Amino acid sequence: MNETLAALGALFGQLSLVAVGGGNTILPEMQRQVVDVHHWMDARAFAALFALAQASPGPNMLISTLIGWRVAGAWGAAVATAGMFGPPAILTFCTSRAWERFRDRPWRRRVQAGLMPLTAGLVMAAAMRLALTSAHGLGPAAIMLATAAVLLTSRLNPLVLLALAALLGALGGN
Amino acid sequence: MRGKWPAASLAEPAPTLPKPAPPSLGGLFLGFLTVGLCGFGGVLPWARRMVVEQRRWLSPAEFTDLLGLCQFLPGPNIINMSVALGARFHGLPGALVAFSGITVAPIGVVLTLGALYERFGDHSVVQHAITGMAAAAAGLVVATAWKIATPLGLHWRGILVAGVAFIAIGWQQWPLLPTLLVLAPLSIALHWRAP
Repeated sequence: MNETLAALGALFGQLSLVAVGGGNTILPEMQRQVVDVHHWMDARAFAALFALAQASPGPNMLISTLIGWRVAGAWGAAVATAGMFGPPAILTFCTSRAWERFRDRPWRRRVQAGLMPLTAGLVMAAAMRLALTSAHGLGPAAIMLATAAVLLTSRLNPLVLLALAALLGALGGN
Repeated sequence: MRGKWPAASLAEPAPTLPKPAPPSLGGLFLGFLTVGLCGFGGVLPWARRMVVEQRRWLSPAEFTDLLGLCQFLPGPNIINMSVALGARFHGLPGALVAFSGITVAPIGVVLTLGALYERFGDHSVVQHAITGMAAAAAGLVVATAWKIATPLGLHWRGILVAGVAFIAIGWQQWPLLPTLLVLAPLSIALHWRAP
């Protein structure tokens, strides 16, 4: 049990510190670790937990809380959540005072410009991995594409789309 | 954080209004608690509304500047924002209070959803609903990828780095940490002299 907790904390702590440009960038690695390395659940269960995290308010990296809960109960949820949100919070606390001094430095802009395309590639990778897991069959593939299209062309709240997709899934499956 | 959902209400406050007193610890907690509860499908627009328009803790320019820090650092932007703002007004206690405020409600909701899923997840109707929702959740990430990738434009440096990252992680499924340790310095070096 303690080993599992340590593994959860180490995994999410590491991932949290390389989540440059938001949580989506670390999704493929999270799925790889949780599904293929630790065998805590299969890819479909991972995708289901990610959907639940998307349907909750707050950052979608709350999937760490759900993974921790499923793997090791309440302590697992606490450790995974602390691992995911603690390190960036501490980093922010320590650097927020210094931000005034380094925000206008050329190196800061250059580092950020260099990380941007990396973020883009990683989020594209996350989209592909999730699509491969979740868009099996005509129905789910259509839901995925329609959701992306609506989000890119309107200001509809994503929660509405998730609810609609859940309804469509429930109706279509029966 | 994606998009600008409550955008209809993003009107700037009149510049002549006097700046209100800095928030108390309780005010920080309540403010971020509200944002955490409202922020279905993207918290950042709600945070801006609360911080800039409703409570006027920061001017629009100050908010944008602070957001710059939060986007520069790893981790969810909204969590970083709560910590930076709390620290700015009340040091460590402020950071802790704001962090608790933004996280407590979403954690409660996600655990409730998780418990419901655990309890009813075996029903075929629930399974089909979750299948639909997972497809839509994948669609959300597809849209986010599109939004992040399009401003990069057609410059060979950006396309090269994004393409290599996509193939390495999405297709080859290489471990992220070593991949980043190679790609991040390489990309920063490639972009160092770019305008």
